[in-house]
Parts: sequence; C-alpha cells; structure tokens
Amino acid sequence: MSTEVAGRTRMSPRRRGRLVRAAQYVVLAVVVLVVALVADWSQIRRAFFDPEVMAAQFPRVLTIALANTVVYTLLGFAFGLVLGLVLALMRLSRVAPYRWIATIYIEFFRGLPALLVFIAIGTGVPLAFPGTFLNRYVIVMLALGLVGAAYIAETLRAGIQAVPRGQVEAARSLGMSSMRATVSIVIPQAFRIVLPPLTNEFIMLTKDSSLAYLLGSTLDQQELAQFGRQALTEYRSLTPVLVAGSCYLIITIPLGILARRLEARTKKAR
Amino acid sequence: MVRTSRASTPSDDLVIAVDGLRKSFGDLEVLKGIDLQVRRGEVVCVIGPSGSGKSTVLRCLNLLEQPTSGTVHLLGTDVTHPDCDIDRVRRRVGMVFQQFNLFPHLSVLRNCTIAQQKVLGRSGDEAEQVARRNLERVGLSDKVDAFPQQLSGGQQQRVAIARALSMDPDLMLFDEPTSALDPELVGDVLSVMRDLAEDGMTMLVVTHEMAFAREVADRVVFMDAGLLVEEGPPEQVIGAPREQRTRSFLQRVLDPTHAEPGGA
Repeated sequence: MSTEVAGRTRMSPRRRGRLVRAAQYVVLAVVVLVVALVADWSQIRRAFFDPEVMAAQFPRVLTIALANTVVYTLLGFAFGLVLGLVLALMRLSRVAPYRWIATIYIEFFRGLPALLVFIAIGTGVPLAFPGTFLNRYVIVMLALGLVGAAYIAETLRAGIQAVPRGQVEAARSLGMSSMRATVSIVIPQAFRIVLPPLTNEFIMLTKDSSLAYLLGSTLDQQELAQFGRQALTEYRSLTPVLVAGSCYLIITIPLGILARRLEARTKKAR
Repeated sequence: MVRTSRASTPSDDLVIAVDGLRKSFGDLEVLKGIDLQVRRGEVVCVIGPSGSGKSTVLRCLNLLEQPTSGTVHLLGTDVTHPDCDIDRVRRRVGMVFQQFNLFPHLSVLRNCTIAQQKVLGRSGDEAEQVARRNLERVGLSDKVDAFPQQLSGGQQQRVAIARALSMDPDLMLFDEPTSALDPELVGDVLSVMRDLAEDGMTMLVVTHEMAFAREVADRVVFMDAGLLVEEGPPEQVIGAPREQRTRSFLQRVLDPTHAEPGGA
C-alpha cells in the first residue's frame, strides 16, 4: 500500500506540503487582486463607511443600543445561570425523574433554534396567557435564559463532575450533609473550573440577544441589531450596521481573550 | 452523651466495635468478616500488604463505603442501622486521607473553620480561635492565610489533621497519612501524630510506617486478603509474629532486599 502511494506521488511529504501551501498563497493573492480591480471603491465606501452617517449614530448607538444589549444579556445570563445550576444538579441527582426532566429540557432547548424560542416566548406567551402583562425586558430575559440554561447546565454538570471525589469525602467526613457539601465545597470549585466555557456561553448570549429585534420595541428599548437595522433603512447605507457590529465586537473580543487567558491559567494550576 | 442504638449496648468505653464486617465491590469480596474493637484512648495501627482491605475497613467505619453485611458501632451508635443519622456521628470522628483532600478554594484557616461553623454552628470568632489553636498544635501558625497549593505535602497533611481536630473529635481515623509524602516530609506528620497519641486521643491508623506502629501503637492489627490475621501488642505482632503470613510480610517490608522469593 505505502509503496504504491509513494510511487504515485514521488515526492517527500515535506516538499509536497510546501508546494500545497505556495499554491494556496498564489490563489489568495489572485482573488484579492481581482476583487480590488473589479470593485467600485467609491460606491463601497458610501455604502459601508459613510462618515456622516457614522457620526449620526453617536451617541445613541452607545447610550441606548449598546446599553440595552448589555442589559438584555446580563438579565438572560443571570436567569440562565440560576436555571442552569438547578438543571445541572437535577441531572446529577440520585432521583431518576429529576434526571429525566433535566435531560429532556436540555435536549429540547439545545435542539431548537433560539429564533423559534424568541417567537414562542415573545408572541406565544402573551397569546396563551392574555391579560398577563410581561415587561419586554422580562420577555427577553426569559427567552435568552431558557435557551442559555440548556447550554450552561451541561457546562456546569461537567464542572461539578470534574471536582475530585475526595473533596466530597472530606466534607462528608467533617459531618457536612450532602447538600451542605455541594453548596460549600463542590459548587465553588466547579465554578472555577467552568469559568472559561462559561465566558463563552456569555459571548453566545450576547449575540443571541440580537433576536430581541423580533419582539418589536420602542426606540428606548432597541438593542444593537435592531438599531442598526432601522438606521439602515433610514439612511440607505450599511454604515450603521457596521457600527452596531463593531459594538458587538467591543464586548465579545475582549471576553474571548479573557476566556483563553482563564483557560491557560486553570491548565497551569493543575 | 453517647447515643446508644437499640441493636446492642456496647460498653461506653468501646469507641469502635466492628462485628462480622463484610464488603464486596461487585463480585470482588474485599472484606471477609472482620471483628475489631478499639477502646477509648487506645492507638491501634492496621498494617498489611496493599489490597488487603485496610483502607476499606476504615472507610466502612464512617460509611464512606457502605458495608455489605455485619455491624459497626461507632461511639456507641450502630452506624449500620438504617435509621442512623451518620452526619451526627461523622462530626465526632476525624478522618485524615492519604491525599490530604484539603479544600483548594479556601485558605488554611477557612479549611479549619468552615465545618465548625456550618456543622457545629460555632460563631466565627470561636471557630477561628479553635482553628488557630489546632494549627499551632501542628506547627503551622504562620500559614493560616496561605492556600493549600502553596504548602508542601507534609504541611498540607498537617493542616488536614488540624482541620479534623478543630471539630473536637472523640476518635481520629488515619488512612495511610504519610503514603503520598516525599520521604523527608514524613517525619513532621508522624511527630504530630505521636503528640496526639500522647495527649490521649483515640486513634485508628492504617499505615506502612512500621517504626511508628512499633513505637506509638498500643495494639497492632495485621490484615491480609480481607481477613484479620493477627493482632496484639506491637512488640509481639511486629517483634515476634506468630503467623507465617505476618512474618513474610514484615520480612518484605523491613528488609526488602533480602525477602524470600515467593513470600506472598
């Protein structure tokens, strides 16, 4: 077999790898060149980087849109964290029905597009329970939290299971009840272990908070995605979308770096 | 006061009373009927080859492992009785593990106070006083604010002892407390345990340290293959063992280079 392959290529793997890489660079350069020549740059600049339109977005993009994105995300994350912790403990419970309920919940919400959940909560709940007035912030918190909880629960479960068995044995030997050992000894350690993946869940929720645009809103309640979309139709320029997108990156990129740093630190600590 | 169970009422003096203890993991029978008694103030060392079930006996006492059959009386309470509130018994029984098992997210001081507060309901001030006293007792007064991972293995194990002592236990269980330590750190831990024995603490120690057993123990128990083979004063069990199995074990441990082949 191996002689057959060697016979066909007649090239050392290293030389072959170098050739493939060189070919990739050439293709990339050609593509960039063609795009640069074909594109109508003044048109593109007007569509994406119109300085006047850009200036017009401030300060509202920060004071209203970015602020609302942060508030929605924090609300959703807080709710998701509480629900996720309950679900994680249920999945690890000795009581079988608890485990079933948690598993069904997690599989259900992880399997659905977040979009559908937002539609269901935003329009379905007011329809199903007429007369109940749900604040828009509460609706977003519910929808984001319900979706986030499914992912957070699995992350926390892994963290709880990663705490060495000896920790529980030591706590129980000191006379702590199972509940007390879980609360005082296991969960604090589990949270440290899952801090990096939890940061990633937060980034995911930040982006998913854009789905709040489905729910319709007053100007004061707009978050980044809706703000950008409305300004897009207003100015007939993509510039506001670009501004809104940059605002997401202002949140997500530093958090991504933080997550990687935390991960490196926990790896070193072991 | 010692709560006595309805099953039997061993004398108040008897801190541990094990009767026909058996333990199986799946098809593997690790303990094949153990009888063991420890009186108040006694220091008993359990020796034997690895895999003989020494640690399992210890772990069955405070129900870290559930015995398959037999009864265990701890401080006068039948812990194998289904109605037994094991948490109430455990708070009076200190346990020290081979791997220390300190809580890595808590400072040394907090390691020693958390159970006092959460389990015994002591105030923060009282718990801290007790913890500081016990940390001084194990020679680590200067480490109260350190975190476990900043300490050597020997220091960690001494904190673990202080943590157990802070609960004011009536009995201390040691599960190979020096087996995970670098040789030069073993002495500090053993000397703390020796002081403890001299202060009259009731201790059950699973150990490979023959010199310690010979010097400190009131009684030595030799276990092999899930059975209690021989027990008696150290000068007899270690000095002049009656059983062939004890003799071949001791020969291997005390003089590994000249062990007779096939001694096991």
